[in-house]
This record gives sequence, C-alpha cells and structure tokens, in this order.
Amino acid sequence: MKELVIVSGKGGTGKTSISAALAFIALHKILVDCDVDAANLHLISGAVLNESHEFTAGFEPHIDKSRCTACGKCTDLCRFGAITNGVLTSPFNCEGCGVCSFNCPAQAIQMQNKKAGQWFISDTRLGRLVHAELGLSVENSGKLVNKVRQEAKKIAAAEQISLIITDGPPGIGCPAIAALSGADLALAVVEPSITGIHDLTRLVDLVSHFNLPLTVCINKSNLHPENTRNLIAWCQQNAIAVAGQLPYSDIFRHAVQDGKTVMEMPSNEDVKQPLIELWINLLNRLAIIDQSKKETK
Amino acid sequence: MQISIASGKGGTGKTTLALLLAAAHSNITVVDCDVEEPNCHLFLQPEYDEPEQEISTTIPHINLSLCNGCGDCSAVCLFNAIAVGGKTALLFDELCHSCGGCLLACKQQAISEQKKAIGTLSIGKSARHPGIRLVSGKLKIGTPSAVPLIKKMKQELAKHTGDLLLDCPPGTSCSMVAAVKGSDYCVLVTEPTPFGRHDLELAMNITRLLQIPTGVVINKSDGGEGDKNIEAFCRNRQIPLLAKIPHSLSFAKQYAAGIISDKFKETAHMILQKIKAKERH
Ligand code: SF4
Ligand code: SF4
Ligand code: SF4
Ligand code: SF4
Repeated sequence: MKELVIVSGKGGTGKTSISAALAFIALHKILVDCDVDAANLHLISGAVLNESHEFTAGFEPHIDKSRCTACGKCTDLCRFGAITNGVLTSPFNCEGCGVCSFNCPAQAIQMQNKKAGQWFISDTRLGRLVHAELGLSVENSGKLVNKVRQEAKKIAAAEQISLIITDGPPGIGCPAIAALSGADLALAVVEPSITGIHDLTRLVDLVSHFNLPLTVCINKSNLHPENTRNLIAWCQQNAIAVAGQLPYSDIFRHAVQDGKTVMEMPSNEDVKQPLIELWINLLNRLAIIDQSKKETK
Repeated sequence: MQISIASGKGGTGKTTLALLLAAAHSNITVVDCDVEEPNCHLFLQPEYDEPEQEISTTIPHINLSLCNGCGDCSAVCLFNAIAVGGKTALLFDELCHSCGGCLLACKQQAISEQKKAIGTLSIGKSARHPGIRLVSGKLKIGTPSAVPLIKKMKQELAKHTGDLLLDCPPGTSCSMVAAVKGSDYCVLVTEPTPFGRHDLELAMNITRLLQIPTGVVINKSDGGEGDKNIEAFCRNRQIPLLAKIPHSLSFAKQYAAGIISDKFKETAHMILQKIKAKERH
C-alpha cells in the first residue's frame, strides 16, 4: 500500500481540485481529506455520508461551583488567562493543561476529555473518502489528521486497495506535519508567484525533515512565465523533479461551482492532457519508490 | 482600531485584501499574523528598523542532579511532554505547552525554566508604500504551534498607536482564533464557490463566538450563481456584504509579480468607510 500526499505551502493553489482530478483518473484508491480545518473534497466528490464518529482529544476543566471557595489560586496559576476564581472566563484561551485542577485547594476542578470534532467515512463518485471536521478553535488538528489517515489505511488493508490519495492540509504547521510523516510521496502544488516560490522553499525544508520524496506540480504555469522558469530552475538546483505543469484555466472555478472534478467537465482539453501526464509521472515515481522499498527489505 | 482580515481557508485573497486596504488607508500598520507563511513583506518591501527580534517561550529545564525520578512532573503533564525513566525525567520540548505545571509539581525543585526560540518578529516601513508599516512574524520551522508566537506578537502590538490591519492565518484553528481575537472588526474574505461558502460558515461561527462585528468580501466575483449563493447566505445570517472584488486576470498577474495593483482602490476605500461607520455605532 502506498500513500501519495498532495500538499501546498499555502492554501488556494488548487490542491483540492488537483487531488480530486487525480482521484478521478486513478483506478483503485481510497481518498483522505486531511484538511480537517476546512474539508472540501466531499463537496466535489458527491459524498454520501456512511459513518460518523466522535473525536475526543485533550482535556477541559469542569468546575464544581459548590466547592469553589473563590480563593483565586487558579487565577494566579493559569498562565493563559482563561480562568478567574473558578469561572472559565475565556474558554478560548484554555490550553487544557490542568494546572488549575491539580492545584485547586478545594478540589473543585476536574479535567475531562474534550470533544474535539468528528470524523466520517463517505462513499463518493471517486471512491471511498475518509474526512473529518475539527471542532471550533480546537488545536488537536494533528491528532485528527493522524486519525483519518489511520482509518483510511485500515480500509485499504481490509479491501486490498494499494493506493491512498491524501489531500493534505495547507501550510507547514502541525496538521501538515501529521499528514506527511510516514507517507510515500509528496506532491507539492505550487503557483508561479513570488509568494508561491517562497512557500515552496519552506515546504521543502519541512519535507526534508521526513526524508520524504517530493515532486512538484506547477499550477497556472502561464500566469507568470518568468516565475515558472525560476521555479523550474530552483527545483533543478535542489534536485526536485517537476512532475507536471498545468495552465491557468477558468475550468477549475467552474468545476468547483458545478461540484465536479475538472476531468468531468466539458471542453477541458487544456488541462486534461497535462493532468494525465502528471498522473503517469506520479505512478512512475511511486513504482520506483515501491521497487526501492522491496530492495531494502 | 484593529481590523482583522480572515477567511475560512487559504488562497481566497486574504493577503490581497489586507494589502489593498492598507494601500487605500494612509498611515496604517499591517501585521502579518500568518506566521507559518508570511507573505506581506514580499509586496511591501519593508526597510526594517532593527534586526529581527527573536521571540521565545519558556520550557522546563530539569536539573538532573536534583531529580530523584519520583515521576510527579510526568503525572501532571497532560501533554505527555515529560517522561520519567531510569530515575530521571526527560523532556520532549515539542509537546510542551509551557504551562508550568511540572514546575509546581516537583517537590525536589529540580525544575526551572529556560527560554526556547519559537520565531522572529520584524518591524519596518514599506519602501514601496511609505504610509505603511509592517510587523511580520515568522514561525521557526518545526515549531508545532503558532499560537504562542501570535500571542507574543499581539502583546508587542499593544504598544503601537494608530490603526492596525491584521492578515490572519487561514482556517478556523487555534492560530486563526488567536489572531482574530480582540479585533474591533473582522473582514472575512470568501470566493463565490461552494468551497467558499462552506469555509465562510466555519469562520463566521468563530467571529460570532468571539463577538466580533463581521463583514464579508467576495473576492474573484463573477456575478454568477456562486455570488448569489454567498449573498443569500449573508442575508440569512444578517452579516453585511461589504464589497465584491471582480475576478481579474490582470490583477492576478500583477499579484504574481508582487505588485499591489491600483485597480480596486475605490473598492478598498469603500470597505474602509463601511467598517469605520460600523465602528462609530
Ligand atoms: S483554585 Fe479552586 S477554590 Fe480557588 S478559586 Fe479556583 S476553583 Fe475556586
Ligand atoms: S486548564 Fe490550564 S489553561 Fe485551562 S483554565 Fe486551567 S490552568 Fe488555565
Ligand atoms: S510546562 Fe506544562 S506542558 Fe511543559 S512539560 Fe511542564 S507540565 Fe508539561
Ligand atoms: S517531579 Fe522533579 S524530582 Fe520528580 S521526576 Fe520530575 S523533575 Fe524529577
């Protein structure tokens, strides 16, 4: 079983649209949406919810008012300004550290498991999809990302599906780290803008942390041909393969509006062929990775 | 006045709008809170006042000669950042939230605190747009959470006078909340697609919980079905639609080259006026 994770240094580069298009081309696969902050893949894949599970992570204080003597110790000790004399005044600030609870002389505060979101299994036109929704302002997104990846692996193993396509979270923070660790290949979707190049360098730093092979797809490559050339040159210097280039096309916007992948849109010739080429390049890369895995065994 | 620019998701044009508004406002400080991927400096080309300031948080320091391996510190750490093995305590600093719980728990007084760098802060004046100042934070690669850095940045900002425009991190996670919190107004940027609507709803839930007056700007508007859906959604939620910025290839091209085009200057003025009018109420 191999896992391809599609990432981008930043949101809005077309990562989800490209993930969906590749999922349409690929034959046997499980899909994972690791953008647990704002999952979107279910919106273009015609997802029908099959299973829904609660996700708990971390702790939150529960205060027994009848015990509290208003001594103020919790206020003094909480470093995050979340509690005042036994009242959780700024729940958004609470880190769930338990300092208030462990040090309350009246033992008025209990730490309890915190509901942190939900994860789902859906059936879609493109295959089985595992996705999730993180609770509002909850910080355990990395853990939820791990959870959806694990569940996808379980399904893939049970059904003997050899490929997992993961729409990764944007950025380089904890969810991106959680989505990339232990994957087989990362595809970075990059735009030829000065910010795109800047974000790619940060992403490359992160991926090299994991010794994970990275390949690049330049989206909207004709938007700024000079930046595209610079990007390609930069990739060459850093021994990063460019697996594909896609032109700017309104079809991406229209496809999202219609709830389809770009592969399913009429008159999509300008992007269809490059996407198929991108896919073939990725398959070759995955095959090489598979081969070297077997050899090292 | 503190205005934050947020969006449920990246790539909707948050930074674009922040820079448009900044350019339309004379005398403003742009604060790049998107510390994972700060980009504003690429457009503003600031001349920094002083070298990058290092921002740090505190993590425990365990004095192994005092530690007897009792395990109390590990028992109170709800983030599993301390393990005790072979009579000594071991810290995994990437998991530490700097709560100080272990410090309080250790009877041997073996734990003190030390600084750990989590990022940098740069402050400067734009060379290209003289009225704009920039405060830009950059998270150190490998730092698991941006929240402590954003909180420290906001403490710094408390010293600033004048209007602030915060370019917030994308999404609706803890770092977005940390950035948006305490604003006088929040502008949510969205795109006229089902993705946009979905992410807008998530972001709106946050600003409502935080009780921050909120308005919406539709970016890359094309007057189609997507626009209508967002408009209807804003009406239902009774959230003002501040403006629509048309989809423009020429604008996108200039943006790719790192230039804030003058094309939507009027729109930016209008948005600022609407926000200020709301503030006086
Ligand atoms: S420390 Fe306990 S008793 Fe004291 S104010 Fe807080 S909750 Fe109440
Ligand atoms: S759990 Fe920690 S952050 Fe939350 S109120 Fe208690 S001391 Fe403060
Ligand atoms: S400071 Fe808090 S989070 Fe860090 S190790 Fe100590 S108890 Fe754990
Ligand atoms: S509580 Fe103090 S003495 Fe006990 S294991 Fe931790 S550091 Fe060592």
